[in-house]
Amino acid sequence: MEEKKCECNCQNKDAFMEKLFQEYKPVKDNLISMLNEVQEHYGYVPMNCQKELSNFLNIPMAEIYGVVTFYSRFTLKPKGKYNIAVCLGTACYVKGSQKIMDRLKERLKIEPGETTQDGLFSIEETRCVGACGLAPVFTVNGEVYGKATVKKLDEVLDEIINNKPKI
Amino acid sequence: MVNLTIDNQKVTVPEGTTILNAAKTVGIDIPTLCYLKEINEVGDCRMCIVEVEGRKGFATSCIQTVEEGMVVHTHTPNVLEARHVILDLIISNHAKDCLTCTRSGNCELQALATKFNVLSVEFPGEMSKHKVDDLSPSIVRDFNKCILCRRCVAACKNVQKIGAIDCINRGFESCISTVGDHSLNDVNCTFCGQCIEACPTGALHEKETINDVWVKLKDPDTIVIVQTAPAVRVALGEEFGMPIGTNVAGKMVTALKRLGFDKVFDTNTGADFTIVEEANEFVERFKNNDNLPMITSCSPGWVKFIEMNYPDLLPHLSSCKSPHEMFGAVIKTYYAKKENIAPSKIYMVSVMPCIAKKFERQRPEMKEEDLYDVDNVITTRELARMLKQANIEFEKLEDSEFDSPMGEATGAGAIFGVTGGVMEAALRTAQDTLTGEDLPKIDFEQVRGTEGIKRANIEIAGKEISVVAASGLANAREILEEIKSGKANYQFVEIMACPGGCIMGGGQPIKSSKIQAEVDVKKLRGQALYSIDEKSKIRKSHENPVVRKIYEEYLEYPGSEIAEKLLHTTYTKREKYNIPM
Amino acid sequence: MRRFDTSPKGSKEEIMKSLEEIHKIRVEKRKELDLRVNTKADTREKHILVCHGTGCTSSKSPEILENFRKIIKEKNIENVRVIKTGCFGLCAKGPIVIIRPEDTFYAMVKPEDCEEIIQTHIIEGKRVERLLCKDIDGKIVNSLDELNFYKKQKRIALKNCGVINPEEIDEYIAFRGYEALERVLREYTQDEVIDIIKQSGLRGRGGAGFPTGKKWELTKNAEGEQKYVVCNADEGDPGAFMDRSILEGDPHSVLEAMEIAGYSIGANQGYIYVRAEYPIAVKRLQIAINEARDYGILGKNIFGTGFDFDIEIRLGAGAFVCGEETALLESIEGKRGQPRVKPPYPAQHGLWGKPTLINNVETYANIAQIILNGSDWYSAIGTENSKGTKVFALGGNVNNIGLVEVPMGTTLREIVYDIGGGIPNGREFKAAQTGGPSGGCIPKEHLDTPIDYESLKSIGSMMGSGGLIIMDDTKCMVSLARFYLQFTVSESCGKCTPCRIGTKRMLEILEKLCAGEGDELDIYKLEKLAVNIQKASICGLGQSAPNPVISTLKYFREEFREHAIAKECRALECKSIANIVIDSDKCKGCGLCQKNCPVNAIEGEGREKRVINQDKCVKCGTCLTSCPFHAIGK
Repeated sequence: MEEKKCECNCQNKDAFMEKLFQEYKPVKDNLISMLNEVQEHYGYVPMNCQKELSNFLNIPMAEIYGVVTFYSRFTLKPKGKYNIAVCLGTACYVKGSQKIMDRLKERLKIEPGETTQDGLFSIEETRCVGACGLAPVFTVNGEVYGKATVKKLDEVLDEIINNKPKI
Repeated sequence: MVNLTIDNQKVTVPEGTTILNAAKTVGIDIPTLCYLKEINEVGDCRMCIVEVEGRKGFATSCIQTVEEGMVVHTHTPNVLEARHVILDLIISNHAKDCLTCTRSGNCELQALATKFNVLSVEFPGEMSKHKVDDLSPSIVRDFNKCILCRRCVAACKNVQKIGAIDCINRGFESCISTVGDHSLNDVNCTFCGQCIEACPTGALHEKETINDVWVKLKDPDTIVIVQTAPAVRVALGEEFGMPIGTNVAGKMVTALKRLGFDKVFDTNTGADFTIVEEANEFVERFKNNDNLPMITSCSPGWVKFIEMNYPDLLPHLSSCKSPHEMFGAVIKTYYAKKENIAPSKIYMVSVMPCIAKKFERQRPEMKEEDLYDVDNVITTRELARMLKQANIEFEKLEDSEFDSPMGEATGAGAIFGVTGGVMEAALRTAQDTLTGEDLPKIDFEQVRGTEGIKRANIEIAGKEISVVAASGLANAREILEEIKSGKANYQFVEIMACPGGCIMGGGQPIKSSKIQAEVDVKKLRGQALYSIDEKSKIRKSHENPVVRKIYEEYLEYPGSEIAEKLLHTTYTKREKYNIPM
Repeated sequence: MRRFDTSPKGSKEEIMKSLEEIHKIRVEKRKELDLRVNTKADTREKHILVCHGTGCTSSKSPEILENFRKIIKEKNIENVRVIKTGCFGLCAKGPIVIIRPEDTFYAMVKPEDCEEIIQTHIIEGKRVERLLCKDIDGKIVNSLDELNFYKKQKRIALKNCGVINPEEIDEYIAFRGYEALERVLREYTQDEVIDIIKQSGLRGRGGAGFPTGKKWELTKNAEGEQKYVVCNADEGDPGAFMDRSILEGDPHSVLEAMEIAGYSIGANQGYIYVRAEYPIAVKRLQIAINEARDYGILGKNIFGTGFDFDIEIRLGAGAFVCGEETALLESIEGKRGQPRVKPPYPAQHGLWGKPTLINNVETYANIAQIILNGSDWYSAIGTENSKGTKVFALGGNVNNIGLVEVPMGTTLREIVYDIGGGIPNGREFKAAQTGGPSGGCIPKEHLDTPIDYESLKSIGSMMGSGGLIIMDDTKCMVSLARFYLQFTVSESCGKCTPCRIGTKRMLEILEKLCAGEGDELDIYKLEKLAVNIQKASICGLGQSAPNPVISTLKYFREEFREHAIAKECRALECKSIANIVIDSDKCKGCGLCQKNCPVNAIEGEGREKRVINQDKCVKCGTCLTSCPFHAIGK
């Protein structure tokens, strides 16, 4: 799978980690904050970053891996170019967001948490994104699509597949 | 003191006592599963729940402490139903192939199921499925039998401070695994095996190699020689219902002969070689102030630990091979020649209290001209299994002696199996070497006892040396940090990977959490070794006539060229994680 | 220990404010902002307030704000300011724009509407009729207060939300911000503060309703030099967004309360544990912390009283269980968010083993108001045992989706019908779920139950953190129970057996029932599991996980039996056992259902009565809602 390019234009992974090590003290309770930064920067938590964190914070890798796999925000694989998240919060669920998710799975033939072969899409279930007034909602790379229907989802997917717009 | 009522009995216990232990004082047993005294006190499994009047929900008796005036009920119908449901749920997600499980008969889950009369699973459902990790030479992990009690994690992470395994994923998907779910072989595991000793079920066990032994025993062209480590003889009896700390050396030799081994030798003799070499090495290094402190190297889990974690300190390690490896090398050279056997026809089996020895055996350094010093390492538990397979009624056996000429050993060799023992044995020889006399002081009480770290200043040959004996890898780490930072100035350091030394090795009989809570296993097995030493006629390794003879006839002198070649080894820096990054 | 973004806007000395300066800001800024709360304010200024809560932000309110600013600049209009605010509450009408002082309420504004609003409203002084907010009855509302939605509300925790710009500390100070802190630090002893909170009757708003003052007292009395104050902002209840709205709309109210708490219990370090999924809230909190530090309101020697207090933000990373206080502590310590067995409680043994006070965002948001207005004022609101107000995130099948704050004791009927505007599409109210996956459902017969801790508990539900989801009669209660169990199963931490395996087994049984593969024994098994999981689990998540099942079984047992025995789903939600049919007596042959059917499963032509081809039907239910004659059903 193609790795997501670093968005900050830094030349290599180490530069970002180096920066992180300057900013944080090597104490264990910084682990989750640092993982959040790694996740945000790379779009996932690469194994070598876990190793570097293990050395820096003096925490065994198994424990770090345990933390990474515990919190759903952290992922071990790069997300797709377009990450589609369907809100399955109660407000959206009651308004039928499960149908949106089912359609998404059907169209992209992947399960939540997975990325399509071509790296174009990944999908995830998300809890309340706070747009309950627009329920049901899904987001594409963070942008909210409210009052969603299966038809609307299809349109968005078609648009991406045909035109690959910048979202 | 705190006063409370448990099941209508008045109880008075010191403040801070758990409900579980308070109940124990009046003979009330509360079932537990994840609880492992002082190692894993987390309250995860929920078997130990009890009712406390006025409290919503159940109390967790294994960790919650008593309060003044507390009224506890340990066996109400509600409690019993809840425990039953919990046990049912655990079993619903547990492989039920007890008949073919290595822990059958010594499984805490099985024992509870019997006790609770679980005849069918009330709440069946999806079961977690995991691949079995049997890639390492020492440990097999079968998560399908894991009940997520996390005792192994506590042993690895908190007791040994290794953290090779941890809980990964969340919820029903939770499992105990390594980083990236890789094999233990590819991560920072030292193969100490303490996780196995902690496991209540068959989820963790040694990589069993007894079938290979059976095959060789059947082969008339192979001379199958067995040697047994000092710690084995004080634990093997436990597998046959004998009291903990019984020395069964005599029965063990009889049994091994019955199994068909051609020769039964004593690793204690190998230990005597180690002491002679190691004491000599120490004296030389001490004189020349060469890479002091010198650190012992007979515990293979420990060696792997330092290779992975403190490669800079490797020059401090004694270059001596461990006793059974030395012994294997001597047997395949000196003994083979003497008995006129082709070394390649010898199949050397070591019975060890240790599973890291399985790893050590196949290190490339441990062979001479394509022949491994030792061909198979089986654990105390595996030997017990072989004896049971052979239908030997162990407890009824007569005693026999180890075979000569390699069966003679000293008391110094015996105490190799307990923390502080290597140090003490080495000091006995070192002081005689330094002074050239036969000194009468041979007991070094300062380094005895079950504590994890024993520091002492000892006078030998008119010089004071600073020594420390540490057991358990967390303690080892502490000592290495002291050395690294220059905070301590030791001359001689003994380290054993397992807390308490080899007597508590990862290959020893597994004691249930209940026994571990009630009996000081470490102390009983240790005492048995010291008592062998005490009763020995010869208590200094260099005075072992067999050792002397072999030096005269073959090895020349300690540290000679041939001794270096056969009895010493080298170490290499190891990556902690050999996983794709 | 997290790094601070401490870059001050000027040199430290310039920015640091003396007490006198803060007093001056309060007076002057208050005067300047009078138009925000006073329709008769004596001013020529106009403030255009643009909601920047998450809901409105997702529907482009930042673009609206930018457009307004651009146009005002282009047209060189004076005396008009465009302000970003927190949530107004009526999310269903978003994006919301309010113009003060006249209090004109524009709903569902689009970026392209800005031009017209400026031209017509600001320049010409007329209202843009088409954008005016309409109430459920279709009546145009002239101002916020006219809306039924707001009439029965009482805003204490949300007092500043939608009034001030949350990114300007001066605006907070203008509305008596940090006055309570000043009073506490200069006039009250620790015990006096705790007494006021105790007297007020405030109870924890995170769900369990533990008396707040008592919690403070326990933490204060706990032995230990080092103590901590923690704010639980890990709002994870699906469909709840009360805490987020407070953090987004009035972050300083939380900081001020944490400082007051710190003073009272003897702590000088606070942590706010907030979901990383709330980026706007995190950003505004960080801005607020920085501003407060710059002003010297956070940090060393606050107001010259010698009291030190600082606050750090810790981000959660997507684990519902971290809303449980001990799991939250584990997470702050950098570990898997696995709860600890209680007792000992955090008050004795909290963060790094030190006594720790944990309150939730909404609880904190009440503190300053209680100090300023007195405990008598506060305890006069609400019921005997539940004082003050409660914020609810009203969602689901209700017209006015949004954030409401009502006095305790308000009935569910008032919330659903008066505030919420009733059920849309002419459907029937079936049940309301409070407390999310930890709570329970409230059926029609309990619509008149006053909302307070004890009453909700007595009918098998719970207050919870404030999620209030309304369900109409198209919702299947077995499916609903399954939905909540799906949630708990995926959020269970996996530490203790009953929750890890037990909830999974419950879910499996519910799935069987929904698929029509269950039997009566399954209902018995569900109940047995539920009771034992409740009692034997370690933490609140596990202990409350069975609640949705227990309460739906209590009120909708018949539906469970129908699923189990007759293999029927009356709400037609369980697709594999629901057959949708058209009642030929009622069908008028209008063909609307046919038009809407996504799979062309409805047959018939012209004015013929329509028939559903069951082989093609996917039971999506679209036809049910499209039939004007209610002819379609089971």
